[in-house]
Amino acid sequence: MTALLNLHGLTKAYPGVIANDDVSFDIDKAEIHALLGENGAGKSTLVKMIYGLVKPDAGTMTLNGKPFAPHEPRAARAAGIAMVFQHFSLFDALTVAENVALGMEDAGPLRDLSNRIEEVSNRYGLPLSPASRVGDLSAGERQRVEIIRCLLQDPQLLIMDEPTSVLTPQEVEILFETLRALKEDGRSILYISHKLEEIRALCDAATILRHGQVVGSCIPRDTTARAMAEMMVGAAFETPETRPQGSGEVLLDIQSLSLPATSQFGTPLRDVSLTLHAGEIIGIGGVAGNGQDELLAALSGETRSDAAAITLDGQPIGRLGPTGRRALGLSAAPEERLGHAAAPDMSLTENAALTGHVREKLARRGFIDWRRARDFAERVITAFDVRTPGASSAARSLSGGNLQKFVIGREVLQRPRVLVVNQPTWGVDAAAAAAIRQALIDLAADGAGVIVISQDLDELMEISHRFGALNGGRLSPLRPAAGLTLEEVGLMLGGAHDMEVAHV
Amino acid sequence: MIALEKRPEPSRWLGFATPLFAVLATMIAGGLLFAALGKDPVAAIATIFWEPLFGEFAFYYRPQLLVKGAPLVLIAIGLALGFRAGIWNIGAEGQYIIGAICGAGVALAFYPFESALIFPAMVIAGAVGGWAWAMIPALLKVRFGTNEILVSLMLVYVAEQLLASMALGLLKNPEGFGFPGSRNLQQYPSAFNADLIANTGFHWGVAAALVAVIFAYVLLSRHMLGFHIRLTGAAPRAARFAGVEPSRIIILCLGLSGALAGLAGMFEVAGPSGQITIDFNVGYGFTAIIVAFLGRLNPIGILFAGLLMALTYIGGDIAQSQLGLPAAAIQVFQGMLLFFLLAFDLLINFRLRWQKGATA
Repeated sequence: MTALLNLHGLTKAYPGVIANDDVSFDIDKAEIHALLGENGAGKSTLVKMIYGLVKPDAGTMTLNGKPFAPHEPRAARAAGIAMVFQHFSLFDALTVAENVALGMEDAGPLRDLSNRIEEVSNRYGLPLSPASRVGDLSAGERQRVEIIRCLLQDPQLLIMDEPTSVLTPQEVEILFETLRALKEDGRSILYISHKLEEIRALCDAATILRHGQVVGSCIPRDTTARAMAEMMVGAAFETPETRPQGSGEVLLDIQSLSLPATSQFGTPLRDVSLTLHAGEIIGIGGVAGNGQDELLAALSGETRSDAAAITLDGQPIGRLGPTGRRALGLSAAPEERLGHAAAPDMSLTENAALTGHVREKLARRGFIDWRRARDFAERVITAFDVRTPGASSAARSLSGGNLQKFVIGREVLQRPRVLVVNQPTWGVDAAAAAAIRQALIDLAADGAGVIVISQDLDELMEISHRFGALNGGRLSPLRPAAGLTLEEVGLMLGGAHDMEVAHV
Repeated sequence: MIALEKRPEPSRWLGFATPLFAVLATMIAGGLLFAALGKDPVAAIATIFWEPLFGEFAFYYRPQLLVKGAPLVLIAIGLALGFRAGIWNIGAEGQYIIGAICGAGVALAFYPFESALIFPAMVIAGAVGGWAWAMIPALLKVRFGTNEILVSLMLVYVAEQLLASMALGLLKNPEGFGFPGSRNLQQYPSAFNADLIANTGFHWGVAAALVAVIFAYVLLSRHMLGFHIRLTGAAPRAARFAGVEPSRIIILCLGLSGALAGLAGMFEVAGPSGQITIDFNVGYGFTAIIVAFLGRLNPIGILFAGLLMALTYIGGDIAQSQLGLPAAAIQVFQGMLLFFLLAFDLLINFRLRWQKGATA
């Protein structure tokens, strides 16, 4: 077989991080090629370079033997490269055909387009009616609209970024059939995923990225998921040193917590159980959109559950709202800093009172003591080295890392019994991230329980005592992080149970 | 292409100064408008702003300032609480009417019996009437997710029909020789909302408006509930995270604004207007929306904005009669005020960026 696309020495650096370092590999004709790696391994940057969204600092690409250097997506599309993004760009109020027309350079009359859409959808087994409104479609059907939009441009290479992250297992099967049909047609597919079993079922070749570098390649069919996980995770995390373990006293107990999805793209929580002890840090990993936000909301009190599903110190709290839970000592810090953990246009003093009023007693008979709130904000600013002109600055004016330090500091300084954080160091520079992790470790060392939800495996392995993975709203059994081997982590994350028959 | 970019830290000083700039810009643009109509712009502006306060007949106009300003302030305070939370009660006019009907209804039910308890009962009835009318959009929004803007606005027209029906039927003056309209409450001492200090225009409604200003100011700046109202408007998700129940805030804000609008209607019907008539409502409920924004949704600001708005109403009337300015020109003038305020507000919170041709 001959190479369709050859990448040679592609390098792209962003301030402070080398996203891609001397990446070289080939994609053959009529091949489904997997690009595998953790979050932040450099997969997105690489495909953006192929698709003309990002210009490489160094390196060359050849397409069909000719030099290929797209300066914009239009050039890449003209050369026969199409991409289906993880997030769809569709208008709910328009029909399938109208949406497809919007994304094309020369759509032609709508009636002809509808015929072509039907033709393509029949040919590749993508059941879809051109006249249906996108607002009424499921996530899988929306993805078909995007795929058809790409196929109408007759691409040689189709790039798919995490295509199964929003699909049901049945929809995944349909997608795989389509992709195989495309391959039969002589088209190539670059398939980006973390899901090892999927890749084994679908792909002909795999390239594994870690920290921006190609760390290996394999034939997925002939390689175990275990071996791929090992390559993906690498030796990046050592067996963590033993940390003082929990005292054994149970703080937080979640028993068979199931919650329906709150929004269309939400993930339902399925039968989640865990027990958190005093002094313990539990790390919860998983690919984004597998129930992380929902788990945090269920613990913070934004989503209510059965009273007995969550108990704190033996007391059922499932029906309590955020204020009641804070009063009992359960605090949370959500992933989204601006707009969720903090109100962007309000001052740091006001944002300190946002969650702090309960435990810091900032209000008396409903009246807020703004001087105490300001003192509390200033304590957070000092203790967590938040760089800001002062407590009266708006939250919006802080950099992401500084605001994150403020948000985490606000919760930690309230001395909660249990703290739940989601992505505590996301987008935070290394020094701030280290400070935040240290604060979480110290909090646990003082006898609190901490649950860290994160997509950063290194972080979870560094600080957690026990580790579990969220997958489709299901939490794997927790395993002691210290004894965990690389393969086991990879399998829990990549989810060998990811491909099981849906429990519907 | 011009793009708007949010300023990270808008100037506070300018935030307070915008209403003044807006008034100045309105004077200039309004002056140009009046000049284009062939009137002396300086004289017209002076008539509108100077005459009611310090002119020859100021002794008559000054009380009018309070009479017209009080309902505006009272309604706008309630609306501003909702607007701060992102809850848009556009139907204060309807709640004002229902408050008036309920207040007058209580009074007329007791006529001609005299008691010191009648007026307090009317106050309660007026507030409850406005509250109940506002509960319709509130409950529909909480229960079925309807849009409170549409529901509250449409209920204004329902309330107007109810008002006409009351004026022609149930509350019609039996001794009124068949004319539409209720008995005049000004002639029913127990129900009459008279000036507390004679000939100043300072009736119970003015006192209520001042109390509402102080109450709202303390609520918003010091109380947890006010903080939660502001939080809900500024960042709804953060508010939920802070433990705010959105439905509670919706019910509370619509209820409060309805009750205050109802009170305003009740004080009006028991005092300056005196009777329920078909054309009892003159648009205070809608103008209060302008007042709320002109006052930057701040209770103290609303107090001044209400008085300023009342001034342009009275001054506008004088300008119509003395200078022959068309009523439409006065309305344009008042509209300019809101326009300029919003425009200056935008420029304080956003900066303009010129961008080279659109890129894909």
